[in-house]
This record gives sequence, structure tokens and C-alpha cells, in this order.
Amino acid sequence: MGAWRALTTALGLLLAWQLVVWASGAPPFILPGPLAVARALAARLTLILEHAAITAVEIVLGLIIGALLGSLSGLLLAAFRTARRWLLPLLVISQALPVFALAPLLVLWLGYGLASKVAMAVLIIYFPVTAAFFDGLRRTDPGWLELARVMNAGRHAVLWHIRVPAALPALASGLRVATSVAPIGAVVGEWVGSSAGLGFLMLHANARMQADLLFAALVVLAAMAVGLYFAVDRLLSRLVFWEPRDPGLGREDGA
Amino acid sequence: MPERPPGVDVSVAQLAFDASPLFDSFRFRLEAGRWTCLLGPSGVGKTTLVRLIAGILEGASVTADDGRPLSGRIAWMAQGDLLLPWLSVLENVLLGHRLRGQRRSRPELAARARELLVRVGLGERLDALPHTLSGGMRQRVALVRTLMEERPVVLMDEPFSALDAVTRFRLQELAARLLARHTVLLVTHSPLEALRLGHRLWVMTGRPVRLREVRPPPAQPPRDVTDPALLRIEGELLRELAAGQEVAGWAPGAR
Repeated sequence: MGAWRALTTALGLLLAWQLVVWASGAPPFILPGPLAVARALAARLTLILEHAAITAVEIVLGLIIGALLGSLSGLLLAAFRTARRWLLPLLVISQALPVFALAPLLVLWLGYGLASKVAMAVLIIYFPVTAAFFDGLRRTDPGWLELARVMNAGRHAVLWHIRVPAALPALASGLRVATSVAPIGAVVGEWVGSSAGLGFLMLHANARMQADLLFAALVVLAAMAVGLYFAVDRLLSRLVFWEPRDPGLGREDGA
Repeated sequence: MPERPPGVDVSVAQLAFDASPLFDSFRFRLEAGRWTCLLGPSGVGKTTLVRLIAGILEGASVTADDGRPLSGRIAWMAQGDLLLPWLSVLENVLLGHRLRGQRRSRPELAARARELLVRVGLGERLDALPHTLSGGMRQRVALVRTLMEERPVVLMDEPFSALDAVTRFRLQELAARLLARHTVLLVTHSPLEALRLGHRLWVMTGRPVRLREVRPPPAQPPRDVTDPALLRIEGELLRELAAGQEVAGWAPGAR
């Protein structure tokens, strides 16, 4: 049923795209139709995949490092008042700075290679992960904490055995958000300064009026992002195995 | 049980959550090695009293009559089951030991926990997660978790409320046997339960609260529930509690 709906949606979008091409009479170097893009994708597949592999590495590395740093910061913020005092304002400020403005600086500091793109992805992932985990750690069911107190549990035991697992569903939703924005970070990095990657390929295609190649690269990027999202989503639902698979639906019926 | 259970003295000078004080020069005593049952209408302050004794709420002086501190000698069973959703039934039952890092005597503990779970009818569900259990089953897990603490003073806030009548009857007997010679406070809505299990019975009413003692039949608990004397007192208590609710502004049909 879901697959059928997805297929219908995809076909509908492709049809609408083709209709816009016919109706506007735009030349292929401005707006190529789906068939032209498919042809470009087939013709330049090796080139596109080479660049896609680099972007994929940037995204995945950024996601891993960002998720680790974010979880660690969330934990520190929840565990230590001092960390809360010093780190929290810093975190808010870091979010007030637009990542796009930082991109050229990162390229300047870390070079045209992988490092600056990974750093961009980390920057963009870090905040949602930290915020979600910290929030989850602060919202432990007070009944559990009271029970632990009567059981004479130490602070660390409570944190490790109760607060952290209780916050995992919140961390998981933070990681889902992070996964959906990670490709943005990597591609922005490539856009600003790079010698490889899908962003680089798209920039070049654009400059040479190869709109079909640009669209083909875009299609691959979108497919990668969607695939990554679903992979991470499955992994996360295994991590929080005690949560109902589709909480929204479950609660609607069972209220 | 290794130590002789202490009696517990509670006194609250004054405690108010709003304009009218809930407790005012209140004194209460749990006799050493006896079951004290507390009856009273909803919202009168029974749960608050339990939380004061457990040390979750501040505002009362709670002392053991053997002069030693009470911390570490109380087990608490809340109205909700407070099971951790990511732990199996067996792990939930051993939560106190996990939180205190007492892993040395694990095999004996696990064996004891298994035995108790079998006796409350959950022998087949040791590895089940809480969300797969019914409300009554969850309450039985919480009861076993409370028993596993092996504390001389046990506070139970409506421990059998979610159980069907037959299971309730069986578990009352089991709890009475396993917690004989413990100092127990049992909060309940059921006069029959209180009359069956309590050495001492108190009815809590009013604001600030007052206590009135009810004499149970002379037999030792758990008492025979077909005893006419016990049933007569149950009837009187039900009538009294119902009259109390009418005075408090509630009567059937008149919302």
C-alpha cells in the first residue's frame, strides 16, 4: 500500500515536471525534462557516482562525529551544572551564526578536501542532537527518580540506568532531524570550495549550462539522502526497541 | 529477615499545598512488625502521607523507634507501577540491586526473583517487556520488585488495585505471608482488604486530616473473609465511607 502510494506520487511529480517543460517551452539548458535527465544520468553515471561516493563519505563521517559530539554535550549539560552555565549560552550563539557564513572560513582553515565538508556537516548536526538529548535527559519521569531515591541509588547510577535510557527516544528524534540536514552541510561545504563531490559537480554543470547533468546529480543526492534517512530510522527504532513503531498512530487509536 | 523491623513514628507539624493545611499537628505510628492499613476517600492525603514517610516529600519528621536512620530500610510501591519500559520483567524486578551496583550475589538474586515471579503467575513472562503486559500483570511485577528489596519497612500505595478479584485475593495472601513480621503500611480503597490484612486499621478523613481507628476482628491476619464479624465491619465501613463522600459534596447521580 505504502509502496503503491510512493510510486503514484513519484509518477505524478514526473508528469507535472514534463508538463511544465512542455507548457513553458523552456530550452533544455534551462529546464531539461525527466527523459533528458535520465539520459544524462545514464551517460555520465561513472562520473556522478565517483563524486557521489565522496559526498556520501562526507555526510556519513559528519553524521557520526556530529552525533557523538552532540550526545556527549547533551550528557555533559544534563550531568553538570557548570557545563550548563558555560556551554548552553555558547550553544545558542553557535546556532545564531548562519552556517553559510562560516563555510568560506572553514574552507580557508581546513582546506579544499574532506575535512572542511565534514566540519560543516558536524556543525549543522551538532545542535539538534545536543538539544534533543539534553531535553530528553531533563524530562525523566519523576516517579522513576523517586523510586531510585527510595532504593538508595547514587547519582551516576540514576543517570546511567534511568535518565540516559529514558532520554534515548528523544535522542533518536534528534538524530532523525540530524540525518535529514546532514547532506545540506556537506553540499554547502562543497559549494563554497572543493575539488570533488556532488556539490562541486553541480556547480560546474551549472556554470557550463549542463542543466541535465546538474539535475542528474541532484537526483542521486536526493536518493542518497532518502536512503540514509530510512537506514538511520531503522537503526534508531532498534535502539529504542520498547517504543511503539509508529507512536503517532498508536496513540490516536488507543487514547 | 536479618534484622528486627523497627516501628516508625511520623509527625507533621504543618503541611499545606494551598490555603487550608492538609496536615496540622499530625501524628501517626506504624507498629514494629505489624501491618497498618489506611483507608479513606480519594484525595484525602493518603498518598501524601506515604510519600512523606518514604522521604520523597519533605515536611515530616519520620523516625525509627530503634534510633537508627530509616534511609535504606524502606521499600516503596507507588500507585503507578513505575516499571522501566526498556527492562524485561526480570530486570525490572532486580532494579534496586542494579541501581546500587550489587552484582556480586547475582545468581541467587535472580533465582529468588524468578521464584517470586512464578508465584505471582508471571513465570512465563520473565523476558517480556512491560508494554506487552496488562495493567494487573505490571502491578504484580511492581509487587515482586518491592519484595525483592527485602527492606524491613514496606510502604504500599494501593498495590492490588489493578488486579481482578481472584488474583487480588491470592496476592493478598502471598504478600501477607512474605511480609509477615515486616513493618507495613498498606493504603487501600477496599475495607475488605484492610480488614483481611491489617493488624491496625485507620480511616483518614477531613482537612486537615483526622484519623479514626477501627478495630478489626481478633483473629490474626490474613483473616478469613467469610467471618461474619469481619463482613459486618466491612459493611459498616462502606456505609461510613459513602456517607463521608456525600458530605464532601459527592452523591451518586448528583454531579
